[in-house]
Amino acid sequence: MKLELRGITKRFGSLVANDGIDLVVESGQIHALLGENGAGKSTLMNVLFGLYQPDEGEILLDDVPRRFRGPGEAMAAGIGMVHQHFMLIPVFTVAENVMLGHEPTRAGGVLDLPAARRLVREISERFGFDLDPDARVEDLPVGVQQRVEIVKALSRDARVLVLDEPTAVLTPQETDELMETMRRLAGSGTSIVFITHKLREVKAVADTITVIRLGRVVGEAPPTASTAELATMMVGRDVELTVHKDPPRLGAEAFVVDGLTLFGAGGVRLLDDLSFSVRGGEVLAVAGVQGNGQTELAEVIVGLRSKASGSIRLDGEELLGRSVRHVLAAGVGFVPEDRKADGLVAEFSLAENIMLDRSYGPPFAHWYGIDFRARDAVAERAVEDFDIRTQGIGAPVGRLSGGNQQKVVIARELERDLKLLLASQPTRGVDVGSIEFIHERIVEVRDSGVPVLIISTELDEVMALADRIAVMYRGAIIDIVPADTPRERLGQLMAGVVA
Amino acid sequence: MTAPATAPSSSLGGQLAAPRSWRVPIVLAVVAVLSLIWFVVFGKDDPTRFTWSDPGDVLYLDPTPANPRVLGIVLGVLSLAAAAASFRWAWRRRPVPVWLSLIVGIAFLVSLVAWVGAGGQITVESLLTSTVSLSTAIVLGALAGVIGERVGVVNIAIEAQLLGGAFTAAVVATTTHSYELALVAAMITGAAISAVLAWFAITFLVDQVVVGVVLIALVTAITNFFYQQVLADNSAQFNDPGTLPRLAIPGLADIPVIGPVLFDQRLTVYLMFLLVPFVWFMLYKTRWGLRVRALGEHPLAADTVGIKVNRSRFWTVTLAGLIAGLGGASLTIGYAGAFVQEMSAGKGFIALAAVILGRWNPWYAALAALLFGFATSFRIWAGGAGAAIPSDLIAMTPYLVTIIAVALVAGRVVAPKASGKPYIKS
Ligand SMILES: Nc1ncnc2c1ncn2[C@@H]1O[C@H](COP(=O)(O)OP(=O)(O)O)[C@@H](O)[C@H]1O
Ligand SMILES: [Mg+2]
Repeated sequence: MKLELRGITKRFGSLVANDGIDLVVESGQIHALLGENGAGKSTLMNVLFGLYQPDEGEILLDDVPRRFRGPGEAMAAGIGMVHQHFMLIPVFTVAENVMLGHEPTRAGGVLDLPAARRLVREISERFGFDLDPDARVEDLPVGVQQRVEIVKALSRDARVLVLDEPTAVLTPQETDELMETMRRLAGSGTSIVFITHKLREVKAVADTITVIRLGRVVGEAPPTASTAELATMMVGRDVELTVHKDPPRLGAEAFVVDGLTLFGAGGVRLLDDLSFSVRGGEVLAVAGVQGNGQTELAEVIVGLRSKASGSIRLDGEELLGRSVRHVLAAGVGFVPEDRKADGLVAEFSLAENIMLDRSYGPPFAHWYGIDFRARDAVAERAVEDFDIRTQGIGAPVGRLSGGNQQKVVIARELERDLKLLLASQPTRGVDVGSIEFIHERIVEVRDSGVPVLIISTELDEVMALADRIAVMYRGAIIDIVPADTPRERLGQLMAGVVA
Repeated sequence: MTAPATAPSSSLGGQLAAPRSWRVPIVLAVVAVLSLIWFVVFGKDDPTRFTWSDPGDVLYLDPTPANPRVLGIVLGVLSLAAAAASFRWAWRRRPVPVWLSLIVGIAFLVSLVAWVGAGGQITVESLLTSTVSLSTAIVLGALAGVIGERVGVVNIAIEAQLLGGAFTAAVVATTTHSYELALVAAMITGAAISAVLAWFAITFLVDQVVVGVVLIALVTAITNFFYQQVLADNSAQFNDPGTLPRLAIPGLADIPVIGPVLFDQRLTVYLMFLLVPFVWFMLYKTRWGLRVRALGEHPLAADTVGIKVNRSRFWTVTLAGLIAGLGGASLTIGYAGAFVQEMSAGKGFIALAAVILGRWNPWYAALAALLFGFATSFRIWAGGAGAAIPSDLIAMTPYLVTIIAVALVAGRVVAPKASGKPYIKS
């Protein structure tokens, strides 16, 4: 089916997320939508899917103008979508998730589960998916959950399939498999909109590429375009895609984790006997597909989870079992993976956020209250040093762009004298310009002799920053390898393949 | 997945295994030992006579005399065995099945009843019949609560729906002389109050707890007003509904104990018996139920497959109100025979507790509601049995049992994820 979007504009208050976007997706094509985080890709697709109503513009399917008041109507018209954040009900089985909304029933609205199971098996066999219709979705790895989403869309005969950042949660091998599935679907006449911000993937699979920046289409490109060209279109200026760093000047083993184990509800091993160490002046990057224990590792180190066993020593001092405040005071700088939830208070001003981790003492507080002058001085300096684009240090951080918010977090953590920098997803949802900047700051910290522990699910980031790479799989570190390990090998490790 | 070889799930030297959860076995063992101490060490030897039927019954069973201490030993040992079994389950890291806890709970209650009734007689039938009568409104209210939370709306106002239903049922039955109309009116009242709750919570995003509490205050005030101004002085005209006739099911009603408890009841009780499995079936086996549960877990996901979130939530909560309204009717025309001020007396809140204790499952919620009903029935009976120790103290024990029951299920959080959270669309 041919899909055409004409002049789509969508505003959120004063923010124009989509500004007159035109897009034509031919039948049976894989059309890549390339753009930085916050460019407006998801918004555009949610408009197409009927989740948002466009302020202007129209949607045409096979040249017929259509209007979708809700996702139900979009689906009925043949549009399927695999959302960036999966739309699956964790406590439902695969079959229940697939049938939800168009349930096969017997007399009286009684669910026909066998029919739903058959449907799941039939579609997954067509793509070699091997899904168990009776497995509970929450028990499945993310990669498999994504297949459930694809089966869900196909079970409604989607003829336009939108995949919103589908590779963010996959290992490189799984990504290859997904691309194979996309090709097969396109071959059978399904039009595919493939959203991503990863250039390599676009070049590998797309028939046509549309680049959007700040809510506008900035151009189209064939997949033969060079990576540098695409990057320039996406970012709007020349970018450096690699981080320059000198060989590490290694210090002593400063940060040592030994036998760290953590159990979750129901006795699941969230962390499985982790042992590693980071030396001063070294970046150890923890790679792995999301959900393999990285979040828990960071939380345990900072002291957010109390029931772990093993030991965590920083310069010989045991940190496990100590309070968060103690850990931070010991010199741990912590960049949490979700800045909105854990890194910042959106309603607070930039200056207030800058002092959050040391609100109780110098240089920000006296015994009788806050030293506003000192606070503002530090905030001003952070804005200057980190090139934070803001209306002023009094503006709520919630109004800053993702990249600038992240800079606030990084600025706050680097403001102190650090003995360890722990950064989780330091550049998630951050524009390319800020990524470069943040990476440079991290390398500076390393070069000043501080041990750095990076946790990232972006393999590119891991490879750019790491001096050594630890790969996590199902709560365990299955190997620690040198930074120059080939991408394929890392992908295998991320999938749990040891040999 | 296509991984040809996966990492070993446990690394070298990993004797560390997942910690076992001992909570349930420990609680069961404590209850078992406690009951042995109470009912055996401090046991009584005056025989208790369990009477099963009235002399006039078609099928007459002789009363069974039992030595409370001996009964305590038997049941205490049974409980210990159940506790031991639960340790095995926990050792294998498997969840302890609910029926084991049920055995221990029921054994404790039976021993307690025998102990209190030592030297006298226990009419098992009347104890159980009154349990059912006193539980009806709680069970029905809990069913409404389960449906509401499953679809994502916390129905704090069950109390209001019970009270409103009780009031309308009494007035309509008296004025129209029709119990059928009275039942319908009570259900509509319940639904209307639910609809107001849903409307404010969904359309105006008012906090559900706040709307609920306001509704309870409002309905209490309205019914108090009419009771004092109208009903109290004109009870023959407005507040003399009598009770629904008992419908004995031929044959079955004559079975000792079970007959009177299950098969010689009023329409409201039969409806309760039918509604528990019905609601369960609807929630877990039908398209409607699948969607309801989806809405309570992840409304955005439901929206993306074309389910109208707010509309469905509104109608589901409103329909659930029908059941709570029926629960209200069971208080007046199903039991008391007249409306009394604030006669719901906290049953709506107890229903809410039953929803949580029953883990949002109609069967378990009904069981929990029955436990609360039994507690009340037991207190009334124990007061009359003239036990040597203060009856208030004895009256406390069912609540103790309840707290223990809560301790057993607490921690396993299975609440619908989006319960109580409004769905706001961009
Ligand atoms: N529901 C919303 N309300 C307000 N702003 C939004 C909303 N959704 C997205 N935005 C904003 O619109 C812009 C585009 O977001 P999005 O479409 O998610 O980008 P992308 O998918 O390309 O990363 C961002 O600046 C984002 O903050
Ligand atoms: Mg997006």
